[in-house]
Amino acid sequence: MRHALSQNIGALRRMFATPLAAFLNILVIGIALSLPTGMYVLLKNAEGLVAQLSSTPQVSLFLKMDARTGDIDELRSRLAQNPAVDHVEFVARDEALEQLKQSTGLADVIGGLSQNPLPDAFIVYPKPGDAKSLEALRGELAKLPRVEYAQLDSAWAYKLEALLRFGRVAVLILASLLSLALIAITFNTIRLQILTQRDEIEVSKLIGATNGFIRRPFLYFGATQGLLGGIMAWLIVSLSLLLLNYQLKPLSELYASQFVLQPLSLGDSLSLLLFSLYLGWLGAWLSVARYLSRIEPR
Amino acid sequence: MIKFNQVHKRYPAGNHALKNVSFEIGKGEIVFLTGHSGAGKSTLLKLVAAIERPNLGTVLVNNQNIGVLKDRALPYLRRNLGIVFQDHKLLFDRSVFDNVMLPLQICGFDYRESQKRVRAALDKVGLLRREKANPITLSGGEQQRLCIARAIVNRPSILLADEPTGNLDAAYAQEIMAIFRSFHQVGATLLISTHDSSVLQDTSVRTLELREGELQTASPATTMSAKRT
Repeated sequence: MRHALSQNIGALRRMFATPLAAFLNILVIGIALSLPTGMYVLLKNAEGLVAQLSSTPQVSLFLKMDARTGDIDELRSRLAQNPAVDHVEFVARDEALEQLKQSTGLADVIGGLSQNPLPDAFIVYPKPGDAKSLEALRGELAKLPRVEYAQLDSAWAYKLEALLRFGRVAVLILASLLSLALIAITFNTIRLQILTQRDEIEVSKLIGATNGFIRRPFLYFGATQGLLGGIMAWLIVSLSLLLLNYQLKPLSELYASQFVLQPLSLGDSLSLLLFSLYLGWLGAWLSVARYLSRIEPR
Repeated sequence: MIKFNQVHKRYPAGNHALKNVSFEIGKGEIVFLTGHSGAGKSTLLKLVAAIERPNLGTVLVNNQNIGVLKDRALPYLRRNLGIVFQDHKLLFDRSVFDNVMLPLQICGFDYRESQKRVRAALDKVGLLRREKANPITLSGGEQQRLCIARAIVNRPSILLADEPTGNLDAAYAQEIMAIFRSFHQVGATLLISTHDSSVLQDTSVRTLELREGELQTASPATTMSAKRT
């Protein structure tokens, strides 16, 4: 036990014997990991935003200002007969004004209006379909009598979701590439370490050290370096989010929104640290395995 | 303990290091291995320590066949061997004490027990007072003795020594041989490669002579007289 301990402390002592080199390595790993992690956080926030804004598509049907109750009833029954329509919701113009006052913080502006500028409207919930069939439905509804304008509200949500899918793939590619980079960095660091400790390894092998014994301090070194790199990445992402949120505050106030970028969740943080630890360990393992295989007897 | 049966060893470069070598060393025996440099002494020792494997024939050490032994099993074989290297292979990044500690560390010995053993081994070779020194500050003879301390600290059943008295004057060489003999007296098997005539004067010791990779069947006495001329 004492031996194992002293061996591992030896590994860490070697790491900090060259603090600048160790710090630079950790910084490089941290930056490499912070890129996909940061993108992941932004993506997750965007996903949250989309979910919040409801991605069930709907068609807003604004009626002409002179539409009467009779017209409205007739329109309602025609909409109910349309096979592509799931259900409809009627929003009277007074109701709409009230909602606007409450939801946007534009109460001051609206209070100053002499009359209600909003028309009556139907919110049409279509049956599930793709963007094309929704567009067709919108065109059809726009031609109904007494309809001023039909607007497909959630088309952008579809577009955004496609964009998010694109983003997810991009994050995945970036994460894979930079993970490889992390393994390569560790591999090389350990390779240099092995070169400086070649004598020790050779003598240890000759007097009966198992490969596990020789590998162990390097694995600890690689894993520790990976973990510290992960912590560095976490700090970079967290500080960047703080900075971004600080800049975002006046912006979201302008839109009367409470939007803030959510930081990494506890689970995601732990995953990041475990992942970076594992990659460091793996890089070290590969590096030592390559060296050890070359000094076996032939 | 050690048994060679028609062993051949050839290096990729093409030179034939050992040709058809057969011999047997019993438990508790002490044997000198002699011959000119390049005769194959180091290769023979490397085969015993499983640093090399034979191309042909069988090498048995402690009843284990070096030729077919799995890489994974090698460390456990080597823990029964003490090796005194020609070039000492001391580690200059740690103290004399820690150099001798290394084999025990590798075997996972209890730390307190290890400390006692290290001091006992250092005492045996007369280096106890230098335990905190860096080996680079030791003289050639002292480095050789340190290497011996490291080889015996584990109390191996077989001790291999490659030119242990190589660059030492006669007085030092006698001192080193005395250490080996005391180790032999407690029951270890020793195989010592040397071309040091002062060492080979001891005719009570069986001698194997290699000449260009072949084992000579000459008697120890004639080997000796050939050496002295």
